[in-house]
Amino acid sequence: MIGEQLPALQVVVPLLGALLVALIRRPTAAWLVTVVVSLAMPVISALLLLRVLNQGVISYHLGGWDPSIGIEYRVDIVNALILLLVSSVAAVIAPFARLSVLSEIPEDRIGWFYAMYLVSLAGLLGIAITGDAFNAFVFLEISSLSSYVLIAMGRDRRALVAAYQYLIMGTIGASFYVIGVGLLYIMTGTLNLNLIAERIGAVESLRPVLAALAFIIVGISLKLALFPLHVWLPNAYAYAPSVATIFLAATATKVAIYLFARFIFSVFGAGFVFADLPVTPILVALSVAAIFGASTVAVFQSDVKRMFAYSSVGQVGYITLGLALATTTGVTGGLVHLLNHAMIKATIFMGLGAVFFRVGRIEFQDIAGIGRRMPITMSAVAVACLSLIGVPGTAGFVSKWYLVVASLEVGWWWLAFLIVLSTMITVVYVGRLIECAWFREPSREVAAIEEAPTEMLAPICLLAAATVYFGIDTGLTAGMAERAANALLSGLR
Amino acid sequence: MSDLIALVGDVVAHYNQWITVFLMVSGLYIVIARGNMVKKLVGLSLFQTSVYLLYISAGKILSGTAPIIDPHFTVYSHPLPHVLILTAIVVGIATLAVGLALVVRINEAYGTIEEDEIFKRDDDR
Repeated sequence: MIGEQLPALQVVVPLLGALLVALIRRPTAAWLVTVVVSLAMPVISALLLLRVLNQGVISYHLGGWDPSIGIEYRVDIVNALILLLVSSVAAVIAPFARLSVLSEIPEDRIGWFYAMYLVSLAGLLGIAITGDAFNAFVFLEISSLSSYVLIAMGRDRRALVAAYQYLIMGTIGASFYVIGVGLLYIMTGTLNLNLIAERIGAVESLRPVLAALAFIIVGISLKLALFPLHVWLPNAYAYAPSVATIFLAATATKVAIYLFARFIFSVFGAGFVFADLPVTPILVALSVAAIFGASTVAVFQSDVKRMFAYSSVGQVGYITLGLALATTTGVTGGLVHLLNHAMIKATIFMGLGAVFFRVGRIEFQDIAGIGRRMPITMSAVAVACLSLIGVPGTAGFVSKWYLVVASLEVGWWWLAFLIVLSTMITVVYVGRLIECAWFREPSREVAAIEEAPTEMLAPICLLAAATVYFGIDTGLTAGMAERAANALLSGLR
Repeated sequence: MSDLIALVGDVVAHYNQWITVFLMVSGLYIVIARGNMVKKLVGLSLFQTSVYLLYISAGKILSGTAPIIDPHFTVYSHPLPHVLILTAIVVGIATLAVGLALVVRINEAYGTIEEDEIFKRDDDR
């Protein structure tokens, strides 16, 4: 009985949790509710994934309305994987959050912080689970509006400006998306993604459909921070509270990438987008520009969080690069990197959050020698950094491997060369952090610091272990991603 | 001459779409060109309003009435776009509210809401 309602529960539980938190507002109680909700999420999404694996696509009709007029939640292997990723990351963040939030957010706002966090979680899960284009817009705005609030709660006043800029760009992106959806609706008469995909073949050569494709791609690209539409991201990540940064870096852009993949592969169809239109060269060029441009800028940052924010823009480039190749290996590489990068960045930002908790600042000059005082935290960060580089035996290697193989498969050896070359830039900026943390003498201030508390260490180490584990056993990540890639490339779900 | 009349007729017949395009472009222009944060939000609202018009226009059927079942009428406007836009309006209001709240906080923190001023003050520190 309850098994039938799982898709709705995935979204309703965090939404109700947010309401409950907003009513309670007492810091500890609010955190407890957040933990309970966040821990329940991966259970639900794991059950959904199992169901999809056993029985195939789940179609859930909200309120019993037929999909042609009502909203349908549709779970296939692709979004089951995204749901599992988002909810697992949320579950790992929740135990970590208590101390970090206590130290960074004024006490009277802690309840609101958790409420916004849960709303954002509900929105992201909603985007991933829904099979309705307009519903996806609403969830997109739910998750975005709450993340503006989360970012604005940062201590630095620049957090406010960052949140404002994100609001402007995010709203333009969402409006572009909804314009595209409107044009699709005018041409096909439906908002259900599946039905649009069925009907679009008859009208795909018409100009409104091309305009819709352009609006949707640009709109979602703003949300997923595709170069050069990424300008909102570095400041937003750098000045947001640590927990918000971890959460957004690991999930928000990833869900936007999912929506992007869903539209270009499932709705418009790879044959239309990639074979008839010059989308591949454009996306590959932008992705390579992101990988090199953003990574190079990352090297020159003085704020560690900002450096990894720029790194995120570069890493998104790898993911879109994989998708742009539109081959099974390429899309698999993109999706694996999506999963791996979420884990890697969550580990890194969590480690930085723990450092911030102890030191209170996160510039390079403030954390010199921190590795000697917080060895476990910084070791976990170092492991994640190695994974970011793509050292064999870590998760990052698996995704880079797929991407290199994919570019060789289509005969673009220069692209494979560029991917390997870009790794060198990653080595440079990651090396800066390692050098600063381990090989410099701690200042007097840093020397007085202790290792992070256990309740912060445990989630960090768990995720760091995951980045190594998924580098060795690729069954869940690469195996699932390959099935998802096949599902995406086969067009109709 | 008759071509010109046909063209004008075409433009006039789709006046709602032209208004949509005008609002869309002018809203976007204001967002990009203005440095005042409140004006930017006004531009953003204009831009969002154009989206409402795009949807509502699509739902209108000539000589159709409001979609309320009545034995005197047989042709109705499509109700779904209206419902969608009701949702979009709520989203737009929420966005504007969050945006204005942020501007108030920015004004408290910086003493100005001009973007150049704000960037200058952050660089000076």
